[in-house]
Amino acid sequence: MTMTTETANWCDRCGEAAATGDHDACRAARALEPPRYCPQCRRRMKVQVLPSGWSAVCVEHGTHAAPR
Amino acid sequence: MPEILDRARTQVLDGGVGLDEAGVLAVLRLPDEHLTETLQLAHEVRMRWCGPEVEVEGIVSLKTGGCPEDCHFCSQSGLFASPVRSVWLDIPSLVEAAKQTAATGATEFCIVAAVRGPDERLMKQMREGVAAIRAEVDIQVAASLGMLTQDQVDELVEMGVHRYNHNLETCRSYFPNVVSTHSWEERWETLRMVRASGMEVCCGGILGLGETVEQRAEFAAQLAELEPHEVPLNFLNPRPGTPLGDQPVVAPRDALRAIAAFRLAMPRTILRYAGGREITLGDLGTRDGLLGGINAVIVGNYLTTLGRPANEDLALLDELKMPVKALSATL
Ligand code: SF4
Ligand SMILES: [Zn+2]
Ligand SMILES: [Zn+2]
Repeated sequence: MTMTTETANWCDRCGEAAATGDHDACRAARALEPPRYCPQCRRRMKVQVLPSGWSAVCVEHGTHAAPR
Repeated sequence: MPEILDRARTQVLDGGVGLDEAGVLAVLRLPDEHLTETLQLAHEVRMRWCGPEVEVEGIVSLKTGGCPEDCHFCSQSGLFASPVRSVWLDIPSLVEAAKQTAATGATEFCIVAAVRGPDERLMKQMREGVAAIRAEVDIQVAASLGMLTQDQVDELVEMGVHRYNHNLETCRSYFPNVVSTHSWEERWETLRMVRASGMEVCCGGILGLGETVEQRAEFAAQLAELEPHEVPLNFLNPRPGTPLGDQPVVAPRDALRAIAAFRLAMPRTILRYAGGREITLGDLGTRDGLLGGINAVIVGNYLTTLGRPANEDLALLDELKMPVKALSATL
């Protein structure tokens, strides 16, 4: 199951509501970090970092992945 | 030129004998206006005693998160409110990661697990994983699995693991401020067994844990005493939820001064840029370090965070006319 782009309710770095608060630092940090929280349900995801990519799995919303 | 650099030129560059703790401390205390000549000297020492080759390595996490230890910098401890969840990598993905690493020209592939020490499940994964990699990929396999028993040391040798990483992380006097669930001496004991087994010893640590400059010098001297084949130097990348999550990152000049000082303490070791260089030094830092004593890099991503794309580092090595160490040279 691969996730399609949907509205992000939650910040995928800090897990707080995407609409409130300032997530500029989170966005900057994400250049060198994989996501940790599912943007749809804020569950912590199972994240595997690989030498040339990463994958993040939410039990409810499936896999996000970024090869490089 | 400051007296300490004069002394280092004779003792380290000409004689190949590393600076002692007091010498390292004097280098770490040099004012900024001497940073350029310090890096230049460390670079000359590296070229003289190690040569222009750069050893390239990739690392992968075989078992992530859920570690029972409490290393205060680590997002993989199960004792902190870190968002990193426990996850295992399957063998086909491990082999694929080794292939991708070999494709960059890297000669080293280090398999890492977030554990106090291996249990039977982890040793079984290692047996299968290392055998599969050795059958399919042309690369040297290293491992980092925490503290070992003598039986586990012997088994890793049998599997063909050629180098073992176990970081002391910081100097002996500061270690209890960073880790309470095991001691510096327990780590040292694993290193002693690894050394005696004939595996290469890879041992470094993290700068920026709150240690003083004196303790940084102490650490360099303790590493030099161990005479490791390789020293990976990390700079703290403060991780959310860990006790050191709000620690400031090391100032770029202090990071570069430390690189040069560690090189002057250990003229012959493989001194590797490991985690945190992107955060501490930015894109230009990789170049400055490679011209200041560093002669090895981890390319690609780290264990829980991401690195620069491997091709950017490789292009930089090309530009600096530093050849990637070939596999034949390491065998
Ligand atoms: S032993 Fe290793 S994985 Fe476990 S908390 Fe310490 S540094 Fe992290
Ligand atoms: Zn955020
Ligand atoms: Zn979800």
